Amino acid sequence: MLTRRSFLQSGVTAAALAAGAGPSRAANAPGVTDSEIKIGQTMPYSGPASAYGVIGRTEAAYFKMINEQGGVNGRKINLISLDDGYSPPKTVEQVRRLVEQEQVAFLFQTLGTPPNTAIRPYCNEQKVPQLFVATGAAKWNDPKHFPWTIGYNPSYQTEARIYAKQILATKPDAKIAILYANDDFGKDYIVGFKEGLGASHAGMIVKEATYENSEPTVDSQVVTLQGSGADLFFIVATPKFAAQAVRKSFDLGWNATRYITNVSVSIATVLKPAGLEKSKGLITGGYVLDVTDPRYKDNPEVKAWKAFTDKYMSAAQYIDANAAYAFGAAATMIQVLKQCGNDLSRENVMKEAANLNKFAAPLLIPGITINTSPDVYDPIRQLQLLTFNGTSWEPSGGILQG
Amino acid sequence: MAEFLHLLASGLALGGVYAIMALALVMIYQATQLINFAQGEMAMFSTYVAWKLMDSGWPYWRAFAATVIVSFIGGVIIERVVVRPFARAPILTSVIVFIGLAFIFNALAGYLYGYSVTSFDSPFGGRPLFGSGYMSPHEAGAVLVSLCVLAVVYAFFRFTPLGLAMRAAAQNPVSSRLVGIRVGWMLALGWGLAAAIGSIAGMMAAPIVYLDPNMMFGILLYAFAGAVLGGIDNPFGAAFGGFAVGVMENLVGAYVVGPEVKLSVALAIIIAVLVWRPSGLFGRRLVARV
Amino acid sequence: MAGRNGASQIVVALAVAVFALCFPFFASGYHLYQGAQVLILAIALLGLNLLTGFNGQISLGHGAFFAIGGYGTAILITKFGLPYWAAIPLASVVCFGAGFLFGFPALRFGGLYLALATFALAVATPQMLVYKGFDAYTGGAMGLQLSKPHAPFGLPLSADQWLYLFCLAFAAALYWAASNLVRGRVGRALIAIRDQPIAAETMGVDAPLFKTTCFGVSALYAGVAGGLSAIVVGFVSPESFGLPLSLAFLVGLVVGGLASLGGMLFGALFIEFVPNIADQLTVSFGESAKALPGAVYGVLLILVMAVAPLGVAGAVKAAAGAARRAFSSSR
Repeated sequence: MLTRRSFLQSGVTAAALAAGAGPSRAANAPGVTDSEIKIGQTMPYSGPASAYGVIGRTEAAYFKMINEQGGVNGRKINLISLDDGYSPPKTVEQVRRLVEQEQVAFLFQTLGTPPNTAIRPYCNEQKVPQLFVATGAAKWNDPKHFPWTIGYNPSYQTEARIYAKQILATKPDAKIAILYANDDFGKDYIVGFKEGLGASHAGMIVKEATYENSEPTVDSQVVTLQGSGADLFFIVATPKFAAQAVRKSFDLGWNATRYITNVSVSIATVLKPAGLEKSKGLITGGYVLDVTDPRYKDNPEVKAWKAFTDKYMSAAQYIDANAAYAFGAAATMIQVLKQCGNDLSRENVMKEAANLNKFAAPLLIPGITINTSPDVYDPIRQLQLLTFNGTSWEPSGGILQG
Repeated sequence: MAEFLHLLASGLALGGVYAIMALALVMIYQATQLINFAQGEMAMFSTYVAWKLMDSGWPYWRAFAATVIVSFIGGVIIERVVVRPFARAPILTSVIVFIGLAFIFNALAGYLYGYSVTSFDSPFGGRPLFGSGYMSPHEAGAVLVSLCVLAVVYAFFRFTPLGLAMRAAAQNPVSSRLVGIRVGWMLALGWGLAAAIGSIAGMMAAPIVYLDPNMMFGILLYAFAGAVLGGIDNPFGAAFGGFAVGVMENLVGAYVVGPEVKLSVALAIIIAVLVWRPSGLFGRRLVARV
Repeated sequence: MAGRNGASQIVVALAVAVFALCFPFFASGYHLYQGAQVLILAIALLGLNLLTGFNGQISLGHGAFFAIGGYGTAILITKFGLPYWAAIPLASVVCFGAGFLFGFPALRFGGLYLALATFALAVATPQMLVYKGFDAYTGGAMGLQLSKPHAPFGLPLSADQWLYLFCLAFAAALYWAASNLVRGRVGRALIAIRDQPIAAETMGVDAPLFKTTCFGVSALYAGVAGGLSAIVVGFVSPESFGLPLSLAFLVGLVVGGLASLGGMLFGALFIEFVPNIADQLTVSFGESAKALPGAVYGVLLILVMAVAPLGVAGAVKAAAGAARRAFSSSR
């Protein structure tokens, strides 16, 4: 629909084009003016996944901070973040609104595997960059078929493969029991884990149990898994259920080596509720720094994070691991925009997003950096092996690459 | 065998929570013929109130008592302000209002307290019971509290004049008014009581399932199943249904079908019971006069 | 129905039809997508209204039949290679069967128990969709992706315009069918069963047959809507068909007005656009209020019910009645 706003915007863009660029450069993306860059996003602010809404809020606050410092190359960032309730039909609607009505330059950190799967064909057809999608599915690293879509989180499959390899190296005769969520998150891990073990070692898995997000507790699943006689327990669960599983496995006296996925490793919001004593010995491959870990209390990035949340957010969000994650993602976006300089065409934004070289985004574990290239759309490929010693996550191996 | 006992124990503990919630649902149903879909979210919100009090330093039982009282008052207010205006509207209109209430409480809790998983203390300590690990002290305590609540509610309705007045107002509002009972206030009291009971359920559940804004949804679901199983117009049937569902959920999920289809099995149970005994195991069988 | 009232209804209906037909020629792709969604929701609501509004059987689980239609269509297209315009009718026949079968046990329990049983159905649906045994067909948790159909016969229409008109055709046809149904003998039987079940049976109405068939027809409508949704969105996954969907149907039904077919358009508009409005309202409260679209939506629900307890259709009827009384001289 031709609205007055879109007419004015196209007029402004035309004027900017006429005024500025040289002949060989593509036009700036819609939503880009001399003073503003419009970015679009969908987040589950309502509905069952609303816990992740804090990611959108953190990123909005981060851009606000950048704007107060003058913006990027003189342009302020305008993040338009819409609610999709984690429902793919709604995501498609909101993305079409962002692209066709709000005329955003590109999309940033749209959240969730089903929502992003639904909009990926559209974005690639319309050649709108779908940047740094906030999910760990493996499918986002596919520049050949979907050159306009790039992931961010280390892929769940990669993480699981790393654990499998670690287990084969340290406990090759383990009997493994797995608890996992009955959705795309959980199932992606299982695929990667089984791949990592390989067909010859598939027999190491003696029992699997799933849970639904609408269940009150996974205690009964943990009891069943212990009953299988396994001595290695792989917990693929979101924070609430991970805390329950950690606590229950300890209370049952189950003496198993426990691996846990890195979405559920925050000391303040997962291990403390489970019980710090009960969480001793947990193994994970982390990439975001745990700001509540006493080992990092003098870390300058953590201090900057504290100052940031004090000014722009709240104490509840300081300890929220999702918020800390979003802080790094927002900084990565700013880095891409800086690298674009004055060429803010969609093609160039995509090019620079695929051109990150050892970028140390804030709140990543020291040693882990963001790297992309035109053939590899997998920004975070490294994980630091960590073991929980009762008070802090100790590095217990090198930085592994999946 | 050990596995079975563990499952039984945790099934009874959560079953107690389902039983209390089912009781709250039945109370409102008996008074108003409506199912309060917001019961779970109200209970969750009450639990957050308790948590906030304890976080500010209040000892457990004082916070517990304060929360129960505050929830009671809140329930009365909600009935008077939000539910009462729709008394004469069609049933489904009230259902939409309850859905709206549920949305409000859920979003408010997320806004005020965030979505991080929060631990909630149990008053029953952490040492294993009788030296064995089958039933944690909290699980045993939760079952005990559930039974106490059931007993107190039973005694209230059976032996006190106020309880009698409430029962009369629910069964026969017209005659009750003629006898001088303030039917409107009886309904409000019913809501208050249900909210108070719900808050107890929340506080018993939180140490097991952890506190977060979406804590009560699954519990409410199983409470529905329990109420249907036992009979929605029989408080003790509903409570029995709650315990039964809690135990069955664990045992069926472990031994019969995998946990992937636990919810579908719950659905199948509900339908099977309703086909066989449409008013639940202990419900009053309604015979319509032609 | 008074002659004057009937005439004004026809005028309104014509105006709506004209607008709906002209819409694709001035609307953007985004608005056409929204328009298609409204039509899809309206079809599902029509079906639900037949069951709940006209026949008195409360269903909180129509999302399940919508899901069967959606997944059925997607599976027929991706795994069996059927063209989309054949897949939808076929999938909806399956839905009819499912609804009909569900109607049998539903005969035994009434009102509230049926509501709870269908509520359980709505909650169990995503879990059943992810069931390992069906993975080969349903794509499991990853869902199924469909490609967008283009206008046939080389018509000069964009894909968005074509899909909108495709949905419009179904909506118009199904509305016409439902309208004839409720005005005829069947409709009277359904209403009689709703209001006076015993009297109806003594008059010779085969209540069980009508009730189960009504369930089936209602499921068929939801199935058609689900199939259309699969094609318009281009993707099905378990997350698309959870409890929020069934609740949205219920909200749309009540807000539109029970037993009012025309009201279902309002219901569809409500559930499509009001959550967006709630989202926008919270934006004006500042960033910290981003958590509150749910609360705003809840408040709006309660307010709408307070202002129009019988739904929009009920409010319109009341307003028209009041206007008539105000302007009529000799009555």
